[in-house]
Amino acid sequence: MKVGDRVPVPEQSPEERIKNFNEVALGYTAELAMEEAKRCLKCPRPFCVEGCPVHIKIPEFIKLIAEGDFVGAYKKIMEDDLLPAITGRVCPQEEQCEGKCVLTKIGKPINIGKLERFVADYVRENNLEEIPKVPEWNGKKVAIIGSGPTGLTAAGDLVRMGYKVTIFEALHELGGVLIYGIPEFRLPKAVVRYEIDKLKQMGVEFKTNVVVGKTVTIDELLEEYDAVYIGTGAGTPNLLRIPGINLNNIYSANEFLTRVNLMKAFKFPEYDTPVKKGKKAAIIGGGNVAMDAARTALRLGYEVIVLYRRTYEYMTAREEEIIHAIDEGVKFEFLVSPIEFLGDENGNVKGVKLIRNELGEPDASGRRRPVPIPGSEFVVEADLVVIAIGQKPNKILYQELPDLKVNRWGGIIVDERQRTSMRGVFAGGDAVRGEATVILAMGDGREAAKAIDEYIRTGKWPEQVCS
Amino acid sequence: MFRIVRKETLSEKIKLIEIEAPLIARKAKAGQFVILRLHEKGERIPLTLHKWDPEKGTITLVFQEVGKTTTELGTYEAGDVLADVVGPLGKPTEIERYGKVIVVGGGVGVAIAYAVAKAMKKAGNHVTSIIGFRSKDLVMLEDDMREVSHELIVCTDDGSYGRKGFVTEALKDLLDERRYDLVFAVGPVIMMKFVSKITAEHGVKTIVSLNPIMVDGTGMCGACRVTVGGEVKFACVDGPDFDGHQVDYDELMRRLSMYVEEEKLALERYLRNREVNA
Repeated sequence: MKVGDRVPVPEQSPEERIKNFNEVALGYTAELAMEEAKRCLKCPRPFCVEGCPVHIKIPEFIKLIAEGDFVGAYKKIMEDDLLPAITGRVCPQEEQCEGKCVLTKIGKPINIGKLERFVADYVRENNLEEIPKVPEWNGKKVAIIGSGPTGLTAAGDLVRMGYKVTIFEALHELGGVLIYGIPEFRLPKAVVRYEIDKLKQMGVEFKTNVVVGKTVTIDELLEEYDAVYIGTGAGTPNLLRIPGINLNNIYSANEFLTRVNLMKAFKFPEYDTPVKKGKKAAIIGGGNVAMDAARTALRLGYEVIVLYRRTYEYMTAREEEIIHAIDEGVKFEFLVSPIEFLGDENGNVKGVKLIRNELGEPDASGRRRPVPIPGSEFVVEADLVVIAIGQKPNKILYQELPDLKVNRWGGIIVDERQRTSMRGVFAGGDAVRGEATVILAMGDGREAAKAIDEYIRTGKWPEQVCS
Repeated sequence: MFRIVRKETLSEKIKLIEIEAPLIARKAKAGQFVILRLHEKGERIPLTLHKWDPEKGTITLVFQEVGKTTTELGTYEAGDVLADVVGPLGKPTEIERYGKVIVVGGGVGVAIAYAVAKAMKKAGNHVTSIIGFRSKDLVMLEDDMREVSHELIVCTDDGSYGRKGFVTEALKDLLDERRYDLVFAVGPVIMMKFVSKITAEHGVKTIVSLNPIMVDGTGMCGACRVTVGGEVKFACVDGPDFDGHQVDYDELMRRLSMYVEEEKLALERYLRNREVNA
């Protein structure tokens, strides 16, 4: 093996895995992890750390793996990242730590993500975790809204500072997008449940079936709690405003993934929630959610085509997920935009009318804008359509909360300390950022925990958080 | 866990359950709904509130046994628990002092009509209620409706009780006779469609309470999308009440039938298993 080559990660073969919902990447064994770790050049100025949004001490944990001290490596990661089994699986490492690795100049970067995942899995599977000691209660209480990555991180930090923490979750299961959104084959639910159980053992209290804004209001929470952290994510799907959008069997990605992941519709009728089973699925979008939907449809038995308005290079999905999708047999049609959904006599979708695009001038995001080519319309047959063109924050929380300032697309406005326009109320993750990543949401949770601690200790709140 | 404290059978397929849900009972308003899940393998279904008691900490739901979940729920008795109940969801019915109000309820929808009629009466409106059933043996909640209405007209399709014919006929007679300020209707989609047609002819503002398929009930999935006035709305957060004259009822009916085959399969499987286990 050359210096530039990675130690391959064992995976389920494509033929095997499209028949099940189990995790695709099986992960490194101890031997393979040590071998991969030994590739690290121990740069004096590690760019990988700069590339990590929460600045995990990457060369240090990799060195510990190379030495066979997996528990030590785990503890090293935990200094900066409380959920390594999750981030090791879902972070876009190729744009972050691995993208900065000097080995990219001669070949493949260190597989930092898979090493991170390995130590977390090793510790979990071998029961080597020591539940962190929690100090005596300091008499103060914090309410967290939403049990996704940002809320879990904030809870973990706050409980270790001595706060009593209660997390409110609208759904019947805990974990937010980690449970309803990201499929089992990419992030096993058991991993998420383990992290939540750990928080429970540390004394964090969880309340499911509470929709803040409906069941209780933020004002009521502020009467009982010293501070509130909003981590409600970006749960409202964007839909296309084109004819035929309400035909039967056209799903938002949220609905499709929620039915399958959270409600286990792939086990219907053993489980009560159904999902449509048919022949040809068209998935619209080019991000991670689109890849999740495509690969989920494939596992339900569909022939799948992804329709994306730009080219391959502009897809926002992680490279690993695109490659997995291609290996599994997902087809792609690039430079196309849907202009109409076609239905049969019963109102079921039977096709997507598309128009071809060419790339024009760069837009605000710096990506070249797709420009439709007149007269290029054509139809792709589909009896299932999943729309995965993005989500925005769910407004149910603050429909009747004029004091909480939000921007024009519904994101909660915060300052650099995650403080909102309401005294004692903090926010972070996708509820603030729109669609971002798990690791950024976790970073916000950590920052919020610090700011909440400071606010409760000092009682200081700026005159005006944001104008 | 949400304990059932009382269960009643209102007619052959229609049952009432009162559930311990103190947080929901404290916040509930007429026209709002809850989402419930029976057990670990259950689906999430929306049911609009019939009654609630903040002091006692209970909510009361009325449902018709149609598919697998409602049929299974029909076997639950006082003392049994539901895995999940979440709410109150949706926007409450806009209760104002309109003047003379007609509340129309059809079938199981009468349970929701009760909550709205009660709130309308309390707000100082003169409430005339029209409730309709297929036949005498299906008539339910008559006394409750009488209590919250100034006038009550009970209709049966076959004339075996009360006035013979559909609620729409009774409604038309009332509107022909004098001016009303608002009509609220809840029941089968086809009933709401024709109620709205008649009230449009008479130029009377009409609110309907819709019951599309839902999953989360909090605006996350869009399973419940309906077209209202040419725009796509999510019934769970934008409704469930909408301007009756703007709703695309045919689309709603079509979307409600999306899982007909799956529902049939699930119900048959459930009934077969129940027989085997019995």
